[in-house]
Amino acid sequence: MPKVTIDGIAIDVPEGTTILQAARMIGERDKADRHVVPPAMCYYTSLKTSGGYCRTCIVKVTKGSEKDPRPMPKPVASCRTNVMDGMEVANTTDPGLVDARNGVVEMLLINHPLDCPICDQAGECHLQDLSYENGKEASRYEFERRTFEPIDIGETIKLHMTRCILCYRCVKVADQLTDDRVHGVINRGDVSEISTYIQNAIENDFSGNMIDVCPVGALTDRTFRFASRVWFTKPVDAHRNCENPKCKGHVVLWLKGNEVLRVTGRKDMWGEVESFICNTCRFDKKDLAAWTVEGPRQIDRHSVIAQGHYNLERKQALLTSPAPNVPELAKRKELKDR
Amino acid sequence: MGRKLLFEHIDKPGIRGLEGYRANGGYRSVEKALKTMAPDAVVEEVKKSGLRGRGGAGFPTGMKWSFLAKPEGVPRYLVVNADESEPGTFKDRYLMERIPHILVEGMITSSFALGANTSYVYIRGEYFYVARIMEQAVAEARAAGWLGKNILGSGFDHEIHIQVGAGAYICGEETALLESLEGKRGNPRIKPPFPAVKGLYGCPTVVNNVETIAAVVPIVNDGGEEYAKIGIGKSTGTKLISAGGNIKRPGVYEIDLGVTCDEFINSDEFCGGVDGRAFKAVVPGGSSVPIVPYEMFLKTPAGENRLMTYESLSEGGFAQGTMMGSGGFYAYNDAQCIVRSTWNHARFYHHESCGQCSPCREGTGWMEKVLHRLEHGEGRTEDIDLLWDIQRKIEGNTICPLGDAAAWPVASAIRHFRDEFEYHVTHREKVKDPKHFAREPFRKSAKFATA
Repeated sequence: MPKVTIDGIAIDVPEGTTILQAARMIGERDKADRHVVPPAMCYYTSLKTSGGYCRTCIVKVTKGSEKDPRPMPKPVASCRTNVMDGMEVANTTDPGLVDARNGVVEMLLINHPLDCPICDQAGECHLQDLSYENGKEASRYEFERRTFEPIDIGETIKLHMTRCILCYRCVKVADQLTDDRVHGVINRGDVSEISTYIQNAIENDFSGNMIDVCPVGALTDRTFRFASRVWFTKPVDAHRNCENPKCKGHVVLWLKGNEVLRVTGRKDMWGEVESFICNTCRFDKKDLAAWTVEGPRQIDRHSVIAQGHYNLERKQALLTSPAPNVPELAKRKELKDR
Repeated sequence: MGRKLLFEHIDKPGIRGLEGYRANGGYRSVEKALKTMAPDAVVEEVKKSGLRGRGGAGFPTGMKWSFLAKPEGVPRYLVVNADESEPGTFKDRYLMERIPHILVEGMITSSFALGANTSYVYIRGEYFYVARIMEQAVAEARAAGWLGKNILGSGFDHEIHIQVGAGAYICGEETALLESLEGKRGNPRIKPPFPAVKGLYGCPTVVNNVETIAAVVPIVNDGGEEYAKIGIGKSTGTKLISAGGNIKRPGVYEIDLGVTCDEFINSDEFCGGVDGRAFKAVVPGGSSVPIVPYEMFLKTPAGENRLMTYESLSEGGFAQGTMMGSGGFYAYNDAQCIVRSTWNHARFYHHESCGQCSPCREGTGWMEKVLHRLEHGEGRTEDIDLLWDIQRKIEGNTICPLGDAAAWPVASAIRHFRDEFEYHVTHREKVKDPKHFAREPFRKSAKFATA
């Protein structure tokens, strides 16, 4: 099995594993090592050929495999580069690479509207997390941002192209999950946009998954639009016997009291949906009685959405270790910056 | 006076037609290869010749061919890249326009070597009339039995298809070209896998430039060793250079790799020197290669005469050298504004970015806007460092080389002509006059890029 070392931490992985997957394996093995995992905005494990576009997952291969004749070190997209035996990779340990990644984040944000206060995705947005970790406090971009009018693509999905980072995930969902793709990327360069062919509506049993895979607020659920900030809702795992053979009916219900505000797929620690759900489960079953509730959903993410502390384990951890005071927080921030 | 290999008969009457071409020794390489040589022997000749890709990257052609995967029962393809879109480059157009059969001949011979029964020419959309010339040449060759089943009784079948693109620069990148040829959006693929393993329709494919394939003809005719005698070191053979800008004699020249830069730019045989004033800067290989000051173009950092070879042009790295590129040579005299030219380049790359990966999609537009501001007398001193930082964050971080191509001209212009950028900041009123540096203003860049 090829052996790869990422930021000094070694792991043996099966042949054909990408650097990103190897890093995630390290992160799953020990939570303390999660810093080796590069951020990924366009890669999605369950969608084939995804990844490679956003460039946030770039890592520096500091030492290539002896089998690989290509000159190293060089930056590569970790999501699309396979591990070779003996490879050494720097993620956060290389200042040049950190700088390059900050550059990518800055580029992603120059045409993003930063309208988080009115965006339904805020709180569970990967771009928010990414810019918090790798961004600057101010942009150097002083020109007019490109804008698009929001459009309804079908009854249930709203497209805010202005917020889109062109990760192509929704295109891959339509290609690989649904029977027929009616949307895609039109135009090119910084005016490329995701769109349907002449205001075509996206009507398909699995189209709602485009909302789940969208890393930003470009595709949002019209049935949940402006209903609540996500961090005011309470997520619970639930299931039902879905009639659709391709849907397992394993979902997360986002509740306010006993009201089901929205239904999404279950996302793992990397923000990826474990099993895709059908539109009936997502949009039509907004009644708690239709579901068997399993228990609170552990949101294992660093963003604001995780701040609700819904489950017992977290609560206990909080009770036993008192919250840090302001000087302590400042000290931690200082350490982190250094 | 060097030997002409591709242009030897270019002025002969009727050379564009099959008859005239044949009368001047055309299709000899097909006869020789199909009748007397094994496919591998042709590849061996190309390897011996030291021929390097003429499209820009300069990768050894023989080596590229030998990488071609040869699984059983899977077709292989040869694709000729005639999407010549690099600003300043027009050598392939000239070749196809004047002597189209040399490309057809080269394609048959190369396909025989590679075992490809189908080959494609992907021509850029703006060259629609060239596509017609090529189509006619292919039709003539087919009627005369040079294409089709069992060519010359050798059992080798071959067919050539001409495909016109829609005029996108990005489709000159080999994987974007293949996507476009398949009828998809011309976005570059992520490599690996390389086209030699998984190319057109998922089959092993070789993508070569027009000039590269045309050069196979003299290599097979005269032998690889004979070809390798021309040139210096690893730069063998002849190269077409399309020269333009402030020179006396613009045009396409076939040079021996190894003539000195001084001879090329100043002798009457080639560019003929400057058109009236004095030279300031040179871009020797198309708009994406670094611009260098005239003196630096003539001499290497070691003080020796620079030669028109792949190695000599890039001597000194990016700090003091440049690149051979695609051979789109253009020179500036001292009346030209480098900032304006750099802005124009940035405008081009902004317009042509495919939008697939973020640094190039967002960064090219940003550079264009900052350069526009500088050029129109609204710039600030910080803008120069900002530009430097933006290009640094694009270069090397993108899927395909378009990001690098957009970054290099900006980087080199700032590196060598920082004083001109500073002048634009300190003399803001002066540069607001569109006639500064004696040039007419360009149209302000389009708000939206159109496909």
